[in-house]
Formats: sequence, C-alpha cells, structure tokens
Amino acid sequence: MIKITNLHKSFGEQPVLRGIDLAIPDGETIAIIGQSGCGKSVLLKLMIGLMKPDDGEITIDGVSMGKAKERQLEQVRLHIGFLFQGAALFDSMTVLENVTLGLKEHGERNPDVLAKIAAEKLALVGLHGIEQRTPVELSGGMKKRVALARALATDPKYVLYDEPTTGLDPVTSDQIDNLVRDLTARLRVTSIIVTHDLFTVERIAKRVVFLNKGKIYFDGTPDELYKSLDVAVMQFLQRYRTPVAAAVATS
Amino acid sequence: MSFFMRAPARLGRATRRFFAEFGETAILFGNSARYLPRIVRDRRLLFDQMEHIGTDSIPLVVVIGFFTGMVSAWQAAYQFKGIMPLSFLGAAVSRAIFIELGPVLTAIIIAGRVGASIAAEIGTMKVTEQIDALESLAISPVRYLALPRILAAIIMMPPLVVFANTIALGGAFLVSNFFLGITAKTFFDSVQQYFHLGDVIGGLTKAFFFGGVTALIGVQVGFNASGGAEGVGNATIRAFVLSSASILILDYVLWTVLF
Repeated sequence: MIKITNLHKSFGEQPVLRGIDLAIPDGETIAIIGQSGCGKSVLLKLMIGLMKPDDGEITIDGVSMGKAKERQLEQVRLHIGFLFQGAALFDSMTVLENVTLGLKEHGERNPDVLAKIAAEKLALVGLHGIEQRTPVELSGGMKKRVALARALATDPKYVLYDEPTTGLDPVTSDQIDNLVRDLTARLRVTSIIVTHDLFTVERIAKRVVFLNKGKIYFDGTPDELYKSLDVAVMQFLQRYRTPVAAAVATS
Repeated sequence: MSFFMRAPARLGRATRRFFAEFGETAILFGNSARYLPRIVRDRRLLFDQMEHIGTDSIPLVVVIGFFTGMVSAWQAAYQFKGIMPLSFLGAAVSRAIFIELGPVLTAIIIAGRVGASIAAEIGTMKVTEQIDALESLAISPVRYLALPRILAAIIMMPPLVVFANTIALGGAFLVSNFFLGITAKTFFDSVQQYFHLGDVIGGLTKAFFFGGVTALIGVQVGFNASGGAEGVGNATIRAFVLSSASILILDYVLWTVLF
C-alpha cells in the first residue's frame, strides 16, 4: 500500500505540492490529473524516492521513501516499475540490454534466461524480434513500449506511469492505453498513472485524483469527476467536453 | 546597486558555490569508494571504461608526446646556447619530460578528451532522465557510472604517461640527432647519467592523482547538468576548465610534497 501524508515540496520559493494526503490500496488503478506544472510528475518522483519531500511522508509497504537508507530504498524500488515520460531508454544499449538491465544488476546473469525474459516482456507489450535494435532505431511509440517492458521486467507490484501517451499520435496513444489497461488487469499490479489526457483516464482509471495549486481538489471515480461542479475541475474538463471530444469518447 | 556593492556580493556567491561544489565532489568520491568492494563483480564496467579512457586515448597521447619531445629538444638547445654544452641536452630534456611535461600535458589532454566526454555522457543521461531510470531500477548511479570511470582513469593515467614519456623522449632524440647533430650515444649517455628513478615515480604519482581528479570532476559536473542541450554543453566546458585548473593546482601541491 502507498500512503502519502501531508506532503509538501517546493522548488526555491515556488511551492509545488502543499499538503497532499492520499492512500492507494494494493491493486488499485488510479489516475492523477491536473494542469501542466501542477506537480503530478513531482509526486511520482517523490513516490519512488528520486526526490525528497520538504515535509510530510510517503510510505510504500511501510517504508518511508524520504527517510529510507539507500539499501532499503533499493529493496522497495525492486517492487516498482516506472515508465518515464520520455521513455528514458539507455541510448548506449540495445533493447535487450535495456529490458534486462535491472535483472542483470540484481543477480540474474544467465544470458539465456535474460533473453527469454526480455522476449516475454516485449511480447507482453506487443513487440517481437527487436532485441538487438538500439533506441535510435525505434519510433516514439515503440520506445514507450520498450520502456514499459523494462518497467515490467522485474515483475513489479506497483507500476508508475508518467504521461504514458504524451507526444504520441492518437492511434499509438490508444494502443498504449489498451496495453496499460490489459496489463493492469492481467498482472494485477497497482497502477498509478499521471496524465492530462482524459481519454486515458476514461479508458484505464477506476479512481481519479485532480491536483490543482499543489493540493488535491478532487478524489473520486471518473464518472464523479465529469459530474463535479467544482470550478477548477470544470475548467480542466472544458476542452474535453467539446462535441468532437465527446463523440470520440462515446465511440 | 552600484558596482562596488554588487562585486563583493557576487564574489561571496561564487566563493560559496565553489566550496559547495568542492564539498559535493568530496562526498561523491567518498560514496564511490564505498562501492569499491563490488568492483570485482562490476569488472565488465571497469574494463569498458579502461578501454575508453586508456586504450582509445593512445593515438592522441602518441601525437602529443611526440611533438612535446621535439619542441622541448629545440627549446633546451635554444636555452643552452652559450651556457652549456649540448651533450647535456638528453639529461635536461628527459628529466623535464619525466617530472613535468609528460604527466601534466597528458593529463590536460585527457581532461579535454575524457573528462569532457564523461561530463557530456553523464550530463546527457541526467537531462534525458536516464540517471533517474537507473535509480528506478534500484541501480546506484554512483556504483554503475561514477566508480568505474574514476577507477579506470586512476588506473590508466600512469600507463598513458609512461607511453607519452617514451614517445616524447623518442621525439627529443630525433630532433637532437637530425637537426642538432647530437649522436645517439651522447644523447642516451646523458639521459642515463642523470637518470633518477624518483623522477619517473614522482611523475607517475602525479599522473595517478591527475587521472582521479579529471574523472571525478567529469562525473560530478555531469551529475549536476541541467537544462537540455545547452546545459550539457556548459557541463562539458565546465568539466574541462575545472579539471585543467585542478591539474595545474594539484601539480604545484604535489611538487612541494614529492620533490
């Protein structure tokens, strides 16, 4: 379980998160939405311990991510998969090396086993026979899929997605959304998706958290979100509620 | 605010930044040393870096060493004119190469080639979130990126300097023999007569420190890179400037200790 208590984070004089309280039970699929710069990605990075909070606490399975020692932090991270916004593939490595790096560095040295796991995880994201390619030879959508295969390589309990569809065309975005939804259902992992793509929210999330001005403005189901009369929520949804978007959503 | 008010404030900020970075670099060195026991397991990473820092630098070191040797022979001959016989040229040039020219020039060349490339590589990884990706996979960037580079530079710099010294001596001999009329026997007798093993050991000790400081600064500057392509460019320049300056300052300090 992930538990966030009174979380504060500022950059210089600029407060980004101002007292976040959130509990994410195991197996939940939650989307965190909000305008650009509202602190969604910062929240994800705080969750995995890539940043330290100024105040408050994030605990994952009882371990405080802000206070944990390095060894303890590594143990928790072994159970977390993280899909970065820009994929963040290691450009000096092949797809195979990218997908299996985590396993290799944590004890699995048998090349046959590594190749088998890489093929399995790549198949899970709909990719086949690209193990020897390098990231520069991949399209944006393929990079995201390889990054997802890498995030899933260690069979994590939690998967954190940072803007999984940003920068992708609508068709590829749909494919990624379907992939995330299927994986979440099939692997029964806890999924936390940071996005400002409301189509993604509608397709994947069971619960939505809306961040605004560093605080949680809304916490509920996608249906409740669309019915919300909060001004900030309505403003955020305005663009999505255009007739074209509504038609696409309905279809 | 007038210039006279702004200047001390700016100086104060720069001083504070310098000490903060110095402290961060010392912490990075300490953190890297903590992973030393794991280097046997990570030997593949170390060997890759030894190849990149050492073997791949040999052509450049050969060119620099050769010209350094040739120039130093001409310069020594010019300075000897009317003061000393040219039969001492071999000794003067070889000692200058072993103590100073070989280690310092090789180190500065390596700072340009290796220190800057380490900063650019790690800086690019930083701004494209690859360092964060490493951490998310529970892999310490200090163990995976910093230690192999620092250790490889420390290990490979002395052999590179031996290489540079040998080639430079060859270059000095060629100039002495072909242009200054000094026979091979006179040149090498002079080298042998005034040869001190301590000169070579002192030079190699300096190389050991120069290698460490170059890689350490490259890694530290790379880890602190921010702001996309421009940030990586600035990190590259910064790594070269800081490591070159550090080499010269360290050279002075080590001279007072070693010789």
